[in-house]
Amino acid sequence: MTKMATREAYGKALVEFGKDPNIVVLDADLSKSTFTMLFQKEYPERHFNMGIAEANMMSVAAGMSTCGKTVFASTFAIFAAERALEQVRNSICYPNLNVKVCATHAGISVGEDGASHQCVEDLAIMRAIPNMRVISPCDAASTRLAIRAAIETPGPFYVRLGRLSVEGVYGEYGDETEFTIGKANTIREGKDITIIATGLMVQQSLGAAEILKEKGIDARVLDMHTIKPIDTDAVEKASKETGAIVTVEEHNILGGLGGAVAEAAAETTPCIMKRVGMRDTFGKSGKPEGLLKIYGLTAEDIAIEVEKTYARKMSLAK
Amino acid sequence: MDNSKEKKLKLFAANVRKLVIEAVYSAQSGHPGGSLSSADIFSYLYGDKLRVDPLNPEDPKRDRFVLSKGHCAPGLYAALSHRGFFDTCKIKEFRQCGSMLQGHPCRACVPGVDMSTGSLGQGISAAVGMAMMGKLDGASYRVYALMGDGELQEGQVWEAQMSAAHYKLDNLTAFIDFNGLQIDGKTDDVMSLGSIEAKTRAFGWHTIMIDGHDFSQIEAAVEEAEKTKGQPTMIVAKTHKGKGVSFMEDQAGWHGKAPNQEQYEMAMAELDAALAALEVEA
Repeated sequence: MTKMATREAYGKALVEFGKDPNIVVLDADLSKSTFTMLFQKEYPERHFNMGIAEANMMSVAAGMSTCGKTVFASTFAIFAAERALEQVRNSICYPNLNVKVCATHAGISVGEDGASHQCVEDLAIMRAIPNMRVISPCDAASTRLAIRAAIETPGPFYVRLGRLSVEGVYGEYGDETEFTIGKANTIREGKDITIIATGLMVQQSLGAAEILKEKGIDARVLDMHTIKPIDTDAVEKASKETGAIVTVEEHNILGGLGGAVAEAAAETTPCIMKRVGMRDTFGKSGKPEGLLKIYGLTAEDIAIEVEKTYARKMSLAK
Repeated sequence: MDNSKEKKLKLFAANVRKLVIEAVYSAQSGHPGGSLSSADIFSYLYGDKLRVDPLNPEDPKRDRFVLSKGHCAPGLYAALSHRGFFDTCKIKEFRQCGSMLQGHPCRACVPGVDMSTGSLGQGISAAVGMAMMGKLDGASYRVYALMGDGELQEGQVWEAQMSAAHYKLDNLTAFIDFNGLQIDGKTDDVMSLGSIEAKTRAFGWHTIMIDGHDFSQIEAAVEEAEKTKGQPTMIVAKTHKGKGVSFMEDQAGWHGKAPNQEQYEMAMAELDAALAALEVEA
C-alpha cells in the first residue's frame, strides 16, 4: 500500500469535496506544505493566501463564515493552535462559527525543523475551548472521512495533521471506512489490555500489539481519532473488559489524549493506566524516525510500556 | 446634509447617549467614555446609512457592522435598540445575569450584532472576511467597522489593514474613533501612535480625516468611501471621549467607570436638556 501524509490526504479531500461553492480555503503562506495548493489549483477564486499573519487569518475566517461559508483555515499546528489561539477562541469558538482549523506539521515527526515548529501541546489547548471539536486522524483514508464529516457538521473543528508519510490503516476498506465523530474504532480486538492511540501512533501501536502477541499478551487497539468529544463508552468498555489502558500520542502526556482518556475513566471506571507520549519536554531536530526512537514512540517502546502496565495489572489481581 | 436629516440624526444620537448612561448606570459597570465618543458614528450608521431590517436581522443582503472596539457595546446596544432591533427597556439588563446584553457584543445573543467582539484587533479582521465574501459573491452589501485609536496598538489591526488593501476591499469602510485616550491615560503617553493618517495611507487605505461629531462630515466621508474604487477607506474621526456629558468629556477616567446616582442624575439632566432643546427646534 502506498504511504501518504495526512496533510496530503487533506489537500486531496479539499479538492474532492470542494465543488460546493460555499467552501473557501485560507492559508498563511504555507499552501505548498499544507497541500491547500491542490484546492487552489482547482478553485483559485475560493482560495485566499493571507500571508504570514495567522491571527488575522483566523478572525478573517470567522467573518467569512458569518456570510454562510464553510471556511477551512490552514497553517502549521504551532501557529494555528498557539500563535492564533486567542483568535481561534474568541473569533471562532465563542460565536460557534463554521470554521475548520486544519493544522499540519503537528508533533515531533515534523523532524528537522526542530522544537520551534514541533507542536506537542495543540490537542490539550484546543480541547479546552468550549464548542471546539478535535480530530486527529491516523491515515489518508480516515483524514478524507474526517474532512467530509467536518464539512457535514456545522461549527468549529480542529483537525490535527502530520507531515510524515504514513501507512494506511484503513486503506484496504477504501471508501467504506467507518468514521463517526466521537466514536473510536476498534482496529484490533484483545482482552488483556487496551492501547488507545491517536494520529500516527495508531500504526506504531498496531506494531506494538504484534510484538506483544509473541509474548502472549493479547492487546486491544483503539484508534481514538476524535479527542473531543472523547468516546467515553469505548474508554469504559476498555476499562471494564481489559482492566488496563495505555494511551499513546505524539503529544505531551499532559492534557491531550492521555488526559482526555484518564478523565473519562476516572469519573466512571478507573483502571490501571499509563500515558505514553512526550514526557513534558520539547522536541529536537532530526529525522522523524530517529526522533520517535529518542522520545520512546516506536512500536518497540510502546510494547515495553504496555508489558509493564500489564504486569502491574496482573500483580494487583493477585 | 439637509437640516431635517441632521435634526433626525441629532435626536437619534441624543437618545443613544441617554441609553448608554442608562446601561452603564444600571450595570454599575461598562464603558461610557468610548460609547459616547462614538455615539454620533453609531447614530449616523443605524439612524440612516445601514441597509438593515430589525424584522430580518439575518438578511444575507444586509450591510454589516462590526464593533471592533467591543467594549463600546453600550453604544451599539443603544443604537440597535433605538433602531428597533429589541426593546429599549432591555438596556437596563446590560451585564446582568440572564441578560442577552453581554458585557461585550455576542452575535448569538443579540439580534443585529454581526460579530462577537471584545478582544481588541479581531473585529476588523472579521470585517475583512465579510468584505472578501461580499466580493466573492458579487454581493452589493457594504461592510463597516469601528475601531478605537488605542486599539491600533494591537498588531493584528495592521495585519488586517494589509489584507484589506491586498484584496482591494472597496466595499469596506472602517472608522477610527480618535479620542486620544485609553485606560491608562493619553494614547501618546501610553504608546505613541504617530500619524494614524500617514500609517493607514501607507497601508494602502484611502484615508479621510473628519470631525467625528459632525454629521455632515461623517456622511460626506462615507459617501466618498462608496465612490472610492480599488481600495478600502479609513475614516479617522476626531472625537471627544465622554462627548455629551460635560463632566465625562476628555477624561480617561471615564473609560470604564459607571456613574454613581448623583452623577447619573447630573448626566441624565444634561442629556434630557439637550434632547428637549432639539425637540423644541424640531
